[in-house]
Amino acid sequence: MDRDRSHRAWYWLLLVPLVGLLVPPIYNHADPELFGLPFFYWYQLAWVPISVAVTALVYRKTREPEE
Amino acid sequence: MNGDVHELQLAIVIALFLLVSGLGFAASRWRKAESLENLDEWGLGGRKFGGWITWFLLGGDIYTAYTFVAVPALVFGLGAIGFFAVPYTIIVYPLVLLAAIRMWSVAYRHGFVTPADFVRGRHGSSALALAIALTGIVATMPYIALQLVGIEAVVKTIGVSGDLPIILAFAVLAAYTYSSGLRAPALIAFVKDTLIYIVVIVAVIVIPIQLGGFDDIFAAAGEKFSTDEVPNDGLVLTDAATVGYSSLAFGSALALFLYPHTMTGVLAARSRNTIKRNMVALPAYTLMLGLLALLGYMAIAAGVAPIGEDPNTIVPVLFDDQFPDWFAGIAFGAIVIGALVPAAIMAIAAANLFSRNIYKEYLNRDATPEQEARVARITSIGVKAGALLVVLSLDPQFSIDLQLIGGVIILQTLPALLLGLWHTFAHRWALLAGWAAGLLAGLLMVYDTPNVATGKEHFGGAQYALSNFGFDTEVTLYTGIIALSVNLIIVVVGSFVLRAMGAPAGEDVTRSEDFEVEAGDPNVRPLPGTPGQEEAATT
Repeated sequence: MDRDRSHRAWYWLLLVPLVGLLVPPIYNHADPELFGLPFFYWYQLAWVPISVAVTALVYRKTREPEE
Repeated sequence: MNGDVHELQLAIVIALFLLVSGLGFAASRWRKAESLENLDEWGLGGRKFGGWITWFLLGGDIYTAYTFVAVPALVFGLGAIGFFAVPYTIIVYPLVLLAAIRMWSVAYRHGFVTPADFVRGRHGSSALALAIALTGIVATMPYIALQLVGIEAVVKTIGVSGDLPIILAFAVLAAYTYSSGLRAPALIAFVKDTLIYIVVIVAVIVIPIQLGGFDDIFAAAGEKFSTDEVPNDGLVLTDAATVGYSSLAFGSALALFLYPHTMTGVLAARSRNTIKRNMVALPAYTLMLGLLALLGYMAIAAGVAPIGEDPNTIVPVLFDDQFPDWFAGIAFGAIVIGALVPAAIMAIAAANLFSRNIYKEYLNRDATPEQEARVARITSIGVKAGALLVVLSLDPQFSIDLQLIGGVIILQTLPALLLGLWHTFAHRWALLAGWAAGLLAGLLMVYDTPNVATGKEHFGGAQYALSNFGFDTEVTLYTGIIALSVNLIIVVVGSFVLRAMGAPAGEDVTRSEDFEVEAGDPNVRPLPGTPGQEEAATT
């Protein structure tokens, strides 16, 4: 069973959203605004698509063949 | 506007409730199994939910009515701090993806239905399994009660008084959960999420336009925070609050995976790939939650006053003010249904735990699968009745306090559950000692936390001031994370000591390849018709 092992390096990418979101000093300010939203809000919301992209990439690279 | 009953709203909510109740009862015939009389069928829907159903089920499970009501209420009251739900529900998926697929595989291979089943099979300790089961049940109960608080907020806004609506709603919910098991919330979740998505999309487009745009909304909110006396509020975090913010997001994400009802949703999936695809797709709900959180600011800008000092009413009141009656009715229906789905899944998860890990383990070791399922069904009714009793007889604040503690205590199951997915280094006795110490530490800290704003001396929140440990700082940390650290230190040190002393390790029925099996793999037997520990033990 080397199914997980051969792709294991890809899983490290999953740490990227954690770094982007768990260090508030990166985003804990009001400027620049976007569509009237302070940076604090749109920055964190922007991580939804980024995190999806990262997870989707990991999924594709580690996908097991469908039976 | 308040004082009299909004009849159109009430009629729409009742109609939607009747619709989903019909679905709930019909669900027992959906993807019909030969028999619902075993836990795999009643409690896990036969473990064959595909990508879409799992998406709706987990979405209904994680993003509850209470979330929809409480997160905007927190933003309304405190501002930026309330937004923690967004990073929390983004990082949870990449964080738990690996753990979720390993848990699915080992559970599929061995017929585990509950997290405690896994602990028993992996660590070979029924005492530890009992500890995990009891923690799960205790942490889940107030969560169910909180769903009622969500319904209550809507009922108040519609203008209906008395407890009868909630009692009726829960009685019907208990009846179809009893008859259909996990299929009921899975089917109802489709309706719930369709309605919620419509309401949220309309709300975040229409309300800002009516209020003059986000610039005005944030200006009004900033004005409120700068003039009131509430500590630590504001449009961005105070410096002292940043560590508390990220530790709460991180701890909540870990806790979410450990809650029995989340595990139920994961184990009900058809395959590993189903779960992986869902970890990609579930953040769509987070986007919605983030937009919903902003309703808290819209409520400030719209001058919403909560009904009877209950901040949880601000979203319903905002909808009532900003929408025509018929659309507010749909929105209220969405919140009510949004409470029923997770309440059903949580009750099923707690019932599975009781049936598998207490009834079968301690009361009737020879229980047949039929008896297991029957006990679980009856327990699911008991669990709901208990939650109802708690909400009706005690101050709702009590449920909220309990829920706070629930997150702290469920985190104490992490070493046995999460670490156990990769390692058996941790000794069963050390895991038990760590669990007990983490619980005790967590409870003491929560007890020792005052809330300045409300003048409460105890149970004032789940942020523990580091100044209590003698540090000269205003920084706080999520209590669950501190308690977990205590727990982990004891697990690691205790395991070293116990191993050095040659204490007997528990029997591990799993093999390393069990954690990577996929549905349909050769040599993985089809789903056992009669899953059970005795069977896992002989594998």
